[in-house]
Amino acid sequence: MSKEATRDRYGKVLLQLAREDRNVIAMDCDLGRSTRSFQITEVDESRFLEMGISEQDMISTAAGMAHEGKIVFANTFAVFGTGRCFDQIRQQLSLARLNVKVCGSSAGLTQGPDGATHQAVIDVSLMRSLPNMVVIVPADGPQTEAAVREAYEHQGPVYLRLSRYDCENVFEEGYPHDIYKAVELREGKDAAIIVCGVILGHALEAARILAEKGISAGVINIPVVKPLDREAVMKAAMKYSVLVVVEEHSIYGGLGSAVAEVVAEMDGANRAIVAREGIKDSFGESGLADDLLKKHELDAVGIAEKVIRNIRQGEAD
Amino acid sequence: MNMEKEQLASLEAKAKEIRFELLKMFGTGKHHHFGGSFSCVEIMTALYFYKMNISLEDRASPVRDRFIMSKGHSVPTQYVILALLGFFPAEKLKTIKQLGSILQGHPDINKTPGIEAPTGSLGQGLSYGNGIALAGRLDGNDFNVYVVMGDGELQEGQVWEAAMTTSHYRLNNLRVIVDLNEYQSQGSVEESLSIEPLAEKWRSFGWHAVRIDGHDMEKICRTLNDMDNRETPCVIIAETVKGKGITCLEGSFKGHNYAMTQEEYRSAYEELAPSAGEIE
Repeated sequence: MSKEATRDRYGKVLLQLAREDRNVIAMDCDLGRSTRSFQITEVDESRFLEMGISEQDMISTAAGMAHEGKIVFANTFAVFGTGRCFDQIRQQLSLARLNVKVCGSSAGLTQGPDGATHQAVIDVSLMRSLPNMVVIVPADGPQTEAAVREAYEHQGPVYLRLSRYDCENVFEEGYPHDIYKAVELREGKDAAIIVCGVILGHALEAARILAEKGISAGVINIPVVKPLDREAVMKAAMKYSVLVVVEEHSIYGGLGSAVAEVVAEMDGANRAIVAREGIKDSFGESGLADDLLKKHELDAVGIAEKVIRNIRQGEAD
Repeated sequence: MNMEKEQLASLEAKAKEIRFELLKMFGTGKHHHFGGSFSCVEIMTALYFYKMNISLEDRASPVRDRFIMSKGHSVPTQYVILALLGFFPAEKLKTIKQLGSILQGHPDINKTPGIEAPTGSLGQGLSYGNGIALAGRLDGNDFNVYVVMGDGELQEGQVWEAAMTTSHYRLNNLRVIVDLNEYQSQGSVEESLSIEPLAEKWRSFGWHAVRIDGHDMEKICRTLNDMDNRETPCVIIAETVKGKGITCLEGSFKGHNYAMTQEEYRSAYEELAPSAGEIE
């Protein structure tokens, strides 16, 4: 299977969109070559606005441009693009429903060597708490392409979580699914791994490891954390006895929380146990992306162990 | 340029009318942002009734001027003006801040006709204005962007990020008017966190800055005209009196967010009413 960083596909699709629509604009806070937003200059330099190192100013400026009909992709690292300018996003994008796409790059632990200060691990939680916000966490290249196109089509604010991690391309080109729907990539009997983002390949590998041990685990990918595909979650909660939600994000407020909220509100006694697995109320640290994933048990072996632990826990209860 | 005396008199009469309407809208017993709403009346009158190319008929014109009330708590003054211009019925004014009203406590672009900038949390309006100016440039639309800011608001760091952006991108069609009423919510700006030397600050950020009497209608209009066709973005630092027009609230932070007693209202009514008569 091919590997690709979602930020790379993002840059390519942004360039295509800019060619198709003259209202597509990119802004960046001195990270355009890393976030790949700088690619848009291949169309026309005037379509890229360097805002300097000022995330708050970038979001509010983007809001003003959106008010005039521009479709603005506002770029920086996810940690800054959601935290540093949270109030601007709250007041001028979320409340005002303005058409700005906040593109958080180098998200998660897989940001790697720069360490805790630069690793966004609560960005999905922050963005998911905002009304009117669509939150998309693409898992690979083809899904990123669909996500960026949907961000462009959607009238209103969107948060796109992007990564520099060289992840496995799981989906076929042209992404045949509805981006708002969960995709059951593998069916199982004993448990389902629900996953978003660039560790999807690891989750699939974990299911193969589990199969060798005689454990049948399904894998369900949910790319849009908000609005959540509630139907799919409820269906999974009836089909499986254990749902293990894994994400490269804090266990507070991300996909795990979203799934747990839906299952907790379901009627009936036969619903699944939900285990939230991710970063357990801590920060990251410097290290190579793969070493960090291993430490937090978000690599294939770690995810498989999480599933085994949670199945045992479910049986003990 | 000398303004026609009649035009000046008519603008001054309009300012009086706006103050009276503001008072009636606020009434008694409910907290409202009296101080900042009353201090910017001349500035707002000069913008909407003299300088800006904004009207109900041309509200969707791509070349209309754009207005941003960056100090969003003073939006009541803009509400009165928008009602006078017919953007919504004047009866709506009394519904301000009531549940379900189109007139929110701070500007809402989705609820109020004529409001184009989401502000309230301070310091975000200038950046937003820059965005409008940048979009206008890309589309080849020629218009001016006017941003009214508070003096206390200038303590927000984002204002200075935005001030850099305006001059970096040479957005010379953008003008800021600072309503320098000297008081913020809890006390004087000088004692809370000094913003002086203010004109020098703006100049060092690449702006043309002038300081004027913010209640002198003729001076405001002349200065606004003087800002046309300059080679840099422009800021008018307008020295005003917080709560201007209501003696018991003037020149103090008391009226920043205040509920009037019946007695205070009666005396303010007498000060602002065009003629003696029954109190509404």
